[in-house]
Amino acid sequence: MREVVEKKVLSENDRLAAELRQRYREENILCVNIISSPGSGKTAMLEQTLASYPKTARVAVLTGDLQTDNDARRLARYGFPVRQIVTGGTCHLDARMVTRHLDEMGFKGPGILFVENVGNLVCPSSYDLGEVAKIVLLSVTEGEDKPLKYPGIFHRASLMVLTKTDLLPHVEFDPKLALENARKIHPEIEYIALSSRTREGFPEWLNWLRGLHEKVQAETAAAIS
Amino acid sequence: MNVHEVGIAASILESVEAEARRRPGARFEVVGVRIGELSNVDKDALEFAFEALTRNTPLAGLRLEVEWCARRQKCLDCAAEFAVREFDLRCPSCGTDKTSCIGGTELDIAYLELEEPCVKL
Repeated sequence: MREVVEKKVLSENDRLAAELRQRYREENILCVNIISSPGSGKTAMLEQTLASYPKTARVAVLTGDLQTDNDARRLARYGFPVRQIVTGGTCHLDARMVTRHLDEMGFKGPGILFVENVGNLVCPSSYDLGEVAKIVLLSVTEGEDKPLKYPGIFHRASLMVLTKTDLLPHVEFDPKLALENARKIHPEIEYIALSSRTREGFPEWLNWLRGLHEKVQAETAAAIS
Repeated sequence: MNVHEVGIAASILESVEAEARRRPGARFEVVGVRIGELSNVDKDALEFAFEALTRNTPLAGLRLEVEWCARRQKCLDCAAEFAVREFDLRCPSCGTDKTSCIGGTELDIAYLELEEPCVKL
């Protein structure tokens, strides 16, 4: 006997992510989910991002790794709430982990919550964390064809950030080709190029975040009224 | 083996186990899933993980049937629907590049095949 089931494989994660999304909306938290290969510069970008905010700003970071709290220690130096999620081998963050650590950290909105996912271009793309946007990083020391090799994440990301642009004179990497490849998968993906060493591109990145937060706040206000 | 597919296989089995609890005595033979090409799930790795996780359990022998789903787009101008080949998102009917994704991200449990115990009336 065949019985139709029709449910998402990750329906339990999706349910918890929907709760997180609701909570972010109610508390006016802008949550972004930052995804890249290991070593593409997620933590360095976040360090410089935190360094850009005044001490009174309301920002927090949840950072995921298979092992060690090295990233949390790097990020904690900027004086904002930071919490390490050690997954103990799991290759991605899921909504349950984020919920638990967010509760334990006690971060309340309004503000910005950066979720730094485990370094991996495959698994994190399947797990909704309730974020407003996924952001995918690609560094200039990788290949321009990465968007074609990992279409899932480039399809789902709202923004592609090209990192380590200070190295461009030393490597054979064509940013235009990388962006063309990303837009073959996702024509509407937005694009920012930056260097966490020289801070080139940071004004655009911080502007992008501000614009996104304003857009989300306006949408929430419109939904209430 | 990719850890990712183990997690996906475990999630599929959790759903099957929940169904099994609702139907004591039923024998589950097949679980059918739909996997889209944008879902980042490798079919072979998933099948391997599924077999490994069911071995020596009450669900041993349960077969996984995978329907692979290509990326599909719909034209926003002429409404044609088409499967994407070679990353070409343009509409094959009218040539516009204004198309939107309507398929390829599936990661769904579609159906179960099972034998219920005979009930004498």
